[in-house]
Amino acid sequence: MSAGSIPSGNQIKDPGYPTSSENYLTNSKGALSWLLTLDHKRIGVMYLIGVMTAFFGAGLLALLIRLHLFRPEGAVFSGPEANNWYNQVFTLHGAIMVFLFIIPSIPAALGNFLVPVMLGAKDVAFPRLNLSSFYLWVAGALFFIAALLASRLDTGWTFYTPYSTTTDTSVILATSGAFILGFSSIFTGLNFIVTINTMRPPGMTWFRMPLFLWATYATSIIQVLATPVLGITLLLLIAEKVMHIGIFDPEFNGDPVTFQHFFWFYSHPAVYIMILPAFGVISDLISVHSHKRIFGYRFIAYSSIAIALLGFLVWGHHMFTSGMGPLTTIIFSALTFTVSVPSAIKVFNWLATMYKGSISLTTPMCFAISFIFLFTIGGLTGLHLGTLATDMHLHDTYFVVAHFHYVMVGGTLVAFLGALFHWWPKMFGKMYNETGGRISALVIFLGFNLTFLPQFVLGSRGMPRRYATYDPEFQTLHQVSTYGTLLLGVGLLISLVVLLRSLYKGERAPANPWGGATLEWQCTSPPPFYNFDRPPLVGDPYDFSDIFWDSENERYVTIEPDRKIAPVEQPEPVHAEGNH
Amino acid sequence: MSTIEAAAENAHDAHGHDHDHPSFLAHHFDTPEQQFDSGKLGIWLFLVTEILFFSGMFCAYAIFRMLRPDVFEGCSQFLNTKLGAINTGVLLFSSLTMAWAVRCSQTRQNKGLVAMLASTLSCAMIFLGVKAIEYSHKWEMGLLPAGLFTFDQNNPHPETDTHYLFYICLPFMFLLAGVVLWLIISLVRGNEFHVKCAKPLTVVAICFFVGIGLGMILESGDSSHSEEEGLEEEVMMAEAVELGNESVLQKISRDDTNSGAKSELIARARQSDTAGTSIVQEGQIISGAIVSVEEDVMTKRQAGVFFSIYYCMTGVHAIHILFGIGFLVWLLVRAVREDFNPQYFGPVDYVGLYWHLVDLIWIYLFPLLYLIR
Ligand code: HEM
Ligand SMILES: [Cu+2]
Repeated sequence: MSAGSIPSGNQIKDPGYPTSSENYLTNSKGALSWLLTLDHKRIGVMYLIGVMTAFFGAGLLALLIRLHLFRPEGAVFSGPEANNWYNQVFTLHGAIMVFLFIIPSIPAALGNFLVPVMLGAKDVAFPRLNLSSFYLWVAGALFFIAALLASRLDTGWTFYTPYSTTTDTSVILATSGAFILGFSSIFTGLNFIVTINTMRPPGMTWFRMPLFLWATYATSIIQVLATPVLGITLLLLIAEKVMHIGIFDPEFNGDPVTFQHFFWFYSHPAVYIMILPAFGVISDLISVHSHKRIFGYRFIAYSSIAIALLGFLVWGHHMFTSGMGPLTTIIFSALTFTVSVPSAIKVFNWLATMYKGSISLTTPMCFAISFIFLFTIGGLTGLHLGTLATDMHLHDTYFVVAHFHYVMVGGTLVAFLGALFHWWPKMFGKMYNETGGRISALVIFLGFNLTFLPQFVLGSRGMPRRYATYDPEFQTLHQVSTYGTLLLGVGLLISLVVLLRSLYKGERAPANPWGGATLEWQCTSPPPFYNFDRPPLVGDPYDFSDIFWDSENERYVTIEPDRKIAPVEQPEPVHAEGNH
Repeated sequence: MSTIEAAAENAHDAHGHDHDHPSFLAHHFDTPEQQFDSGKLGIWLFLVTEILFFSGMFCAYAIFRMLRPDVFEGCSQFLNTKLGAINTGVLLFSSLTMAWAVRCSQTRQNKGLVAMLASTLSCAMIFLGVKAIEYSHKWEMGLLPAGLFTFDQNNPHPETDTHYLFYICLPFMFLLAGVVLWLIISLVRGNEFHVKCAKPLTVVAICFFVGIGLGMILESGDSSHSEEEGLEEEVMMAEAVELGNESVLQKISRDDTNSGAKSELIARARQSDTAGTSIVQEGQIISGAIVSVEEDVMTKRQAGVFFSIYYCMTGVHAIHILFGIGFLVWLLVRAVREDFNPQYFGPVDYVGLYWHLVDLIWIYLFPLLYLIR
């Protein structure tokens, strides 16, 4: 990969740079051309802005929670309402993070941008539906914020009955918000399934699809199959609240555990909505930045589907202590273990891909490596929780909090950031400062571990979750955790600054800055409005043998042996000095 | 919007591939087949989500029916089987007209298409009209979801000054008035397209009140039931059969309009007639399903839950009918505009599939709620 490594006698294939009338960012102007756009790339960018805003807001709430826990008696909120305030803050933090940030983050924001381009299509199958998904997301978000302003929602993001049916906080507003968001999620998933099924150009077979698309496909299946159940659950909860239908409310003969069943039938698959796209991102990142074919393509592809389907069978592990029968709990526990098998398959395949690859430690790769590390911890601690005997002790403690933050933040968020740094040049046509990016990855990694490792210890020592105050014996660990949060926040800010700065100061990005072989690197950065003039030539997405570093122009290029078009009369022997 | 369309046009021209793009083919599809297949897969997936959406309520139904079969059987008597059956018939017929409409759109029979869509719409309206009768009648009796349940068996028809039926009808009256106004204006202006749209829609709007009328006739037919006079005796006989244990069935059968309970009692009385006294032996109780009902079943916590489930399921179903009506009206207008042809009939097909699903759900709701005996 050094200078002059491009073998001579070859043609360089590079799409160059887009003109401003081609560039999807500039080909039409005015606010309306964005707000009413049907272009999947612009919708993706709007989602990106939306989810980042949600993340920022919920992140500030998280900071507030951690600062409050700096002291055993609570450092931030005081007075008789202190505990209520605390409950409201963690509720909104959790609900916004889950429904407004993590679920739409990779699938809706990056997926919208990437799926058609990676597939070689002009757009998703239903562009109008796509735009309406976005507006449903906005409407749902507004409902949530209305709930914040109407205030006092303090049920936690799980809306468990009977508390949620008896409290007079703004449950109805918030659940309506979640209901609308559910439809947004369903429509996005439906759109992607249809797109991947019917919009593949000639040559794009199922097994030539980048693994990100496989992961998106699996995610979409879950979105379509699980989210309607959340929809009806929330609708029934609203009905319960308005007219006491007595399905969940014990006062009228209802059964709160039924609510938990309904809720987790969605929400466990939903945790795979959060993590599967991250798996897809990591598969692509690891392969591209190791410049090596992905190891076990089919295993990774099938394991995504396996996770999506198995994920529907394990919801009961959230309710081991809710009074299910002993046999039921044993079955759910055993099924829970089976889900970890496909997850482990993926981790092994990523490691095998890196083995003997020529790894470039770019910013996306730094994030990808820290993903593997953190997700492994998160997944393995899931097994502690899936084991009946240990879960009796660990349930509803900080151990659970640490577990799901390792998978959701250490997993999904880190993968999201990795993906953002990886595809940023493609999305906005600008290169960012690599050093800055790497530093942010490192600071995030350190800050994250400092925040959540102590929580495993706290939980196993008996610190319950969702408490505003605690025994002084836990103080040291809580304080370490709070310091970690500050560090994590700094890391995230560095990322933001690096990315935003690139928009103004960054160099123009070449079409293929990393040496990827998937289709999106074959169109200009940023892509033209139509993605591809004509259906692109589809090759193996992980075959890097004809991609070379062009040090003169700081870019990767695809090369093709020279070919004479239509040999006229006397076919001359083709000189074969090139590759082959 | 104009900017984007302009941009799309430009891009089109630049790439010069609009020669083989007919006007109904969206720019990002290559062929009409691809567009049709995408739509078809999309609507099937959507139907899957609909089924899962209802599955939550079917689960709730299964759970509570398993826990308290007696409550379900007892309360089911309050649902008027005749009205339910009529509605089932109406919906089945509408499925037929819908399928016919799809056929018309494939064979370029535009008049037929409009007529079939209008028939489907009319059936939907009749369905809603009958449902309005059912709902308002139950609301007046206080047969409401658990929290609002006020039914009192000693006074099943309390005086209320809320005219529920009127409130339900109100939006439909406005609708009718609006459509008629539209028809008149477009007649006066001589706008042919609008007349063609408004005419069938007027019929459709009237059909809601046809449904109301139908429902009323069937309801009143019930309370003037010919067997009413004999009821007191029958009840007494039934009481004897059950050794003085007054069952809920007898209590609820005092309600004149509850034809289901009455006929049940009559049937049981006849049964015990023919069986003579041999059934009642040494304190044995005939093990009819309803005999073991607790006396206080008509309470918030028992019957209330049944009616909760009833309203949730039929209510959500009715909302789906309303959405279906919206889609069908949209199709009707497009059909009048002659948008559909043998190459492009996707929307009719998709709405048709949706409509069949909504019917199918009712086909399940009817026996599960009305026909438990
Ligand atoms: C890899 C295999 C995994 C296993 C075996 C596993 C297992 C578990 C178990 C048993 C619990 C319940 C603990 C309790 O409440 O006592 C739990 C909670 C949780 N897990 Fe996982 N998990 C896994 C992966 C994930 C992933 C990938 C995510 C999200 C991206 C996730 C998110 C969560 C969340 C959010 C909770 C807590 C929900 C709440 O109570 O608020 N888990 N996990
Ligand atoms: Cu779970």
